[in-house]
Amino acid sequence: MDALDLARWQFGITTIYHFLFVPLTIGLSVVVAALQTAWHRTGREEYLRATRFFGKLFLINFAMGVVTGIVQEFQFGMNWSTYSTFVGDVFGAPLALEALLAFFLESTFIGLWIFGWDKLPKRVHLATIWAAALGSNLSAYFILAANAWMRHPVGFAVDEATGRARLTDIGAVLTNPQAWSTYVHVLGASFVVAGLFVVAVSAYRLWRHRDADSTMFRTTLRAGLVTTVVAGAVVALSGDHQAKLMAQYEPMKLASAEALWRTEAPTGFSLFAVGDVEGSRNVVNVQVPYVLSFLATGSFTGEVEGIVDLQERFEEQFGPADYVPNVPVLYWAFRLMMGLGGAGIAVGVLGLWLTRRGRLPEQGWMYGVAVLALPAALAANIAGWVLTEIGRQPWTVVGELMTAASVSPGVSLGEVAFSLSVFTLLYGALAVVEARLLWRYVQAGPAHVTPTVAPGAAVPAFTY
Amino acid sequence: MDLPTLWFLAIALLWTGYLVLEGFDFGVGMLLPTVGRDEAGRRTMINAIGPVWDGNEVWLITAIGAMFAAFPAWYAATLSGFYLPVLLIVVALVFRGVAFEYRGKIDSVVWRRRWDAAILGGSLVPAFGWGLVFANLLRGVEIGADGVVRSGLVDLLSPYALLGGLATTTLFVLHGALFLGLKTDGPVRHRARLAARTSAFAAVPVAGGFLAWTVRDQGSGAVAALLAVGLLLAAVAAAARRREGWAFAATAAAVVALAVVVFDGLHPALMRSTVSPAFDLTVANASSGPYTLGVLSVIGAVFLPLVIGYQAWSYWVFRKRVRVEAS
Repeated sequence: MDALDLARWQFGITTIYHFLFVPLTIGLSVVVAALQTAWHRTGREEYLRATRFFGKLFLINFAMGVVTGIVQEFQFGMNWSTYSTFVGDVFGAPLALEALLAFFLESTFIGLWIFGWDKLPKRVHLATIWAAALGSNLSAYFILAANAWMRHPVGFAVDEATGRARLTDIGAVLTNPQAWSTYVHVLGASFVVAGLFVVAVSAYRLWRHRDADSTMFRTTLRAGLVTTVVAGAVVALSGDHQAKLMAQYEPMKLASAEALWRTEAPTGFSLFAVGDVEGSRNVVNVQVPYVLSFLATGSFTGEVEGIVDLQERFEEQFGPADYVPNVPVLYWAFRLMMGLGGAGIAVGVLGLWLTRRGRLPEQGWMYGVAVLALPAALAANIAGWVLTEIGRQPWTVVGELMTAASVSPGVSLGEVAFSLSVFTLLYGALAVVEARLLWRYVQAGPAHVTPTVAPGAAVPAFTY
Repeated sequence: MDLPTLWFLAIALLWTGYLVLEGFDFGVGMLLPTVGRDEAGRRTMINAIGPVWDGNEVWLITAIGAMFAAFPAWYAATLSGFYLPVLLIVVALVFRGVAFEYRGKIDSVVWRRRWDAAILGGSLVPAFGWGLVFANLLRGVEIGADGVVRSGLVDLLSPYALLGGLATTTLFVLHGALFLGLKTDGPVRHRARLAARTSAFAAVPVAGGFLAWTVRDQGSGAVAALLAVGLLLAAVAAAARRREGWAFAATAAAVVALAVVVFDGLHPALMRSTVSPAFDLTVANASSGPYTLGVLSVIGAVFLPLVIGYQAWSYWVFRKRVRVEAS
């Protein structure tokens, strides 16, 4: 165990944790803005109550997204100083864009929205939540462009004198096919999570608290289901595109995610495999023929490169090293992502059918399934990031910089161990607090979160 | 002026904006137990900074992001070189951000007490920490030929660096007290006035001492340092005459003057090596390429005025004094 391993664990833990809150923030900001727009258009009080109810839940989650994001920004410099020095010239531009275009917008207008209910004209106040939502959705683009550059570096040259990457074409970095394709995929997945969050909360309220708010929660349930299904279609289509990009730019990731040891044409999609990693072969492998060829190349007979052949090719290209990432982890992360994500979207489709024309399911277990779809979608998101990040190994920047060479040389094992322990404990405690708060507010329902303001009182309606 | 120098100034500007803006909300956080004596008082204080603290904090995110983009080696050396102080600052900011959002969400005295403690610690640690970090940048750290910072935690806790931490802490307490005097009403405003007077007795000599030490070591910045002290005295005088707006403006200007002394003292180095000046990280040797700096300049020139515009608007929207009745 050395500082490198712990720094990797820390990055994994903090990134996964951050990404529990981010998709909800991205999607819920738009959902809340849409609910407030509906109130603005129709003047119906139930939309206002729904806006405030989901607004509270959104803010509880938003706070965690923001603070865990700060940790990410500092972590690159703290634990990965060699990496930061190498990539800053390229990586920094999208980060600066993210801060200037997105974070300022998001944080300033969230403040205006929370505290501006009785200080701003209604239309201006509505615009503030849309501005905040725009900020959330924009920030994802810039950080994904930075991430995509690590997987498919473009628009740069390595300076011979300093050995550092130098940006040569910002347009190429921002229009990197990996960037916009990932953006569409991640944004779709975020809206699936947010949609299923609204579904889970609404279903729970309808199931356990059938009361005066039933009409309202039926409306939000349907809205959540529609969001899930539309976003689900985007996820599926962009996922297909992602697979083709993976075959092109990150063939080792695809081969590992499929446990495909030898280059084959045509090749099938693996459903269940038990592998012998040391022996570079699968003991059991249940496949659907031709499907992987089609997913990777768009042709049923296309050739897909295998792990062993890629290892040989990379050794010729980059010199001797182990270029194979953790195959079992990737194989199962890929299946979890598709399986759980697909299950969540299926719940959306099924739910729309079951709630058609004013209906509501009678059986309690159906509501239980609707609630369980939310953790499934979150798990699918996490599995997606595990696939993305572990699949990039052993590189931090594919073809340019190895992970082992990226770590901070001046930071000791003890320092990383200490910070890893601090973050793990802190994040564990905060997870309990956030879950408790969300649960409490869901239990309390919308009536309790719409404070009544006495006329003339100076207490803002929606403050801390 | 060449592009790296321009970006050194841009980063100095972002840090200055951060210290001026978050400086007062750190101060409010540190004064929470003393000035906000009861629940109504504490809610008044928190609501006074509620709409803006998050936007203030983004100045830090942007300053750090700009260091990453314009001077990657500086960003990397600062954050890895000051590992433990930076870790504590980040953890404090995590607690603080969550605390503002969560403290009012459950109606329980114990629950609020815990988050109040988080706001206090979350404000105190970064207020002290950033002073410590900047003092160490000025003083220099052990950087070898490989560009790696070798200083340990003990090296970072020199008397000069500790004084730097105390200077920012006391200055922010004063700045925050004056902000509360300007932005609140009722008992909180009264107690904030008393707190401003008390904290001035600490802030003026401590900040003055740190500035004098810095000017002596760096051999520059005397004018800005004198100006900073003069502005602090002016702030105290204005506060005594109940000219709250002028008092707050004067401490804001004093923080700007302090930042001028710090960044002027650093330039042309970004981080000094105590081993040899040859190993200094400088504006010239740590910067990104001209293309990147050009791109960043365009982005900054277009969007920074826009950001300043809507942030100013948000301060305008919440220009009224905050008052919460005891319930």
